Amino acid sequence: MIRFVDVHKSYRAGGRDVPALKPFSLDIADGEVFGIIGLSGAGKSTLLRLINLLERPSGGRIEVDGVEMTTLTEPALRAQRRRIGMIFQHFNLLASQTVADNVAFPIRLAGERRADVIRRRVDELLARVGLAEHADKYPSQLSGGQKQRVGIARALANRPSILLCDEATSALDPQTTASVLSLLAGINRELKLTIVLITHEMDVVRRVCDRVAVLDAGTIVEHGSVADVFLHPRHATTKRFVNEALPEEEAGAHMAYAQVPGRLLRLSFRGDTTMTPALGRVARDTGVDFNILAGRIDRIKDLPYGQLTLAAQGEHVDAALAALRQAGIEIEELPR
Amino acid sequence: MNLLQRLFPHIDDWAEIGRASIDTLLMLGGSLALTLVIGLPLGVLLFLTGGDQLRPMPRLYAVTSLLVNILRSVPFIILMIVLMPLTYVLVGTKLGIRGAIPPLVTGAAPFFARLVETALREVQHGVIEASQAMGASVWQIVRHVLLPEARAGIVAGTTVTAIALVGYTAMGGAIGSGGLGDLAYRYGYLSYQSDYMVVTVVLLVVLVQLLQMIGDRIVTRMSRH
Repeated sequence: MIRFVDVHKSYRAGGRDVPALKPFSLDIADGEVFGIIGLSGAGKSTLLRLINLLERPSGGRIEVDGVEMTTLTEPALRAQRRRIGMIFQHFNLLASQTVADNVAFPIRLAGERRADVIRRRVDELLARVGLAEHADKYPSQLSGGQKQRVGIARALANRPSILLCDEATSALDPQTTASVLSLLAGINRELKLTIVLITHEMDVVRRVCDRVAVLDAGTIVEHGSVADVFLHPRHATTKRFVNEALPEEEAGAHMAYAQVPGRLLRLSFRGDTTMTPALGRVARDTGVDFNILAGRIDRIKDLPYGQLTLAAQGEHVDAALAALRQAGIEIEELPR
Repeated sequence: MNLLQRLFPHIDDWAEIGRASIDTLLMLGGSLALTLVIGLPLGVLLFLTGGDQLRPMPRLYAVTSLLVNILRSVPFIILMIVLMPLTYVLVGTKLGIRGAIPPLVTGAAPFFARLVETALREVQHGVIEASQAMGASVWQIVRHVLLPEARAGIVAGTTVTAIALVGYTAMGGAIGSGGLGDLAYRYGYLSYQSDYMVVTVVLLVVLVQLLQMIGDRIVTRMSRH
């Protein structure tokens, strides 16, 4: 469990305090994948670094697994940091060391001296990230995706309970991003590891996160389950991020539906309701005509979801909407 | 033998040139070793205490930095004369190889320390941050991250320092430290025996070339990865 209580952070610049993060409180539960999304300069990188105290808060409390971080002595803080792995946008591997030595580094830092113990652990970690045959190469001989896998193996070396990801896929191409994300999701599932990731891509959040916080100019403007935030964004910044993740024709295009007769509705299906033939049944039962204008079916992490924009016409639209709600479908009426 | 005599009419004792070369090499080796031993920690100290680095200590940095700058701004030949009393206290003589080493180290160590500081600054900040996130102490970061990551730069700095020291040893010859500079000064300059000058200069050029080649080769091997 990671708990922020009334935490804030400001920097001193030019003789005055510039706020980077306004006071906030936030809990991140054990075993969840928590995303923090924001534009550059929103403060997400600072927020992430508060967790392992690479950045010190200007005020408030930060608890990690019940330990208050800000009052730890330096040796105690170092010990606590070993329980928190971290990966980076630019990987930050030691260029002068082989892949195996990079992964062994945190194990050695923790005081392990036995070469055979280290070797076995390194082999196990490299096998997990699919780099077993690259142990003796140097980072410069690897692709970006491979370097990030080394970073992940290194971050997992001391069996941490938390993994912090600092824009871990931002320097990677889409295919590599997908494979690194599925590696992270697998690690989260199998090792029951809490993952906190920061990103500026809604697609990253949609694919791996359970919950998300949207950061805008140092303030958390919205947070909740990814499905809630993704399907029903409230804040303008969130809407922008969600729209970026959608196909173009759908993003804010309902101006074009002005000519379409009937009531404009947006239906959201989640989980099992995505797979039920509710719409057809309700149309038959109530005699309401549904004119589908746009739609998509996709997944939020493991949750299938669908969203349809449609126009409803007929005498019994209200009854139809009630029946759809009954079937577990969320309905928003769009302004005309 | 005849040809040598005709080319270098004043040189009747080649063994003397051999001894002088060995003296120069001894002065260079001794002073370079001490320069590294003193300059490397000094460079690390400058790096750690400066700016917003791992252990910012503005006052300590300012004092160390000033001291380094003062020692670097005094011309070597003056430094040597100024240091004579201290040299005598330290090694019991102001002359010869032993007398040359304290001023050589005093001149070269601050220079080398700056080169080390610069090389350490070239290490990506992200790598240092990653090590901190892994729970590394400052000492562990210096020992296992900074020095290995900056090793090519440090070796290049060592080469530059060694070559500067060759120049310093030659200057030292003028005030009694022996070696090739001493020969060039006494025979070549004071006695107008220019063949001595030619031979010593050639030997010094060869020495500098060798040092540069060795240094470059090591740097290339290190930066291959």
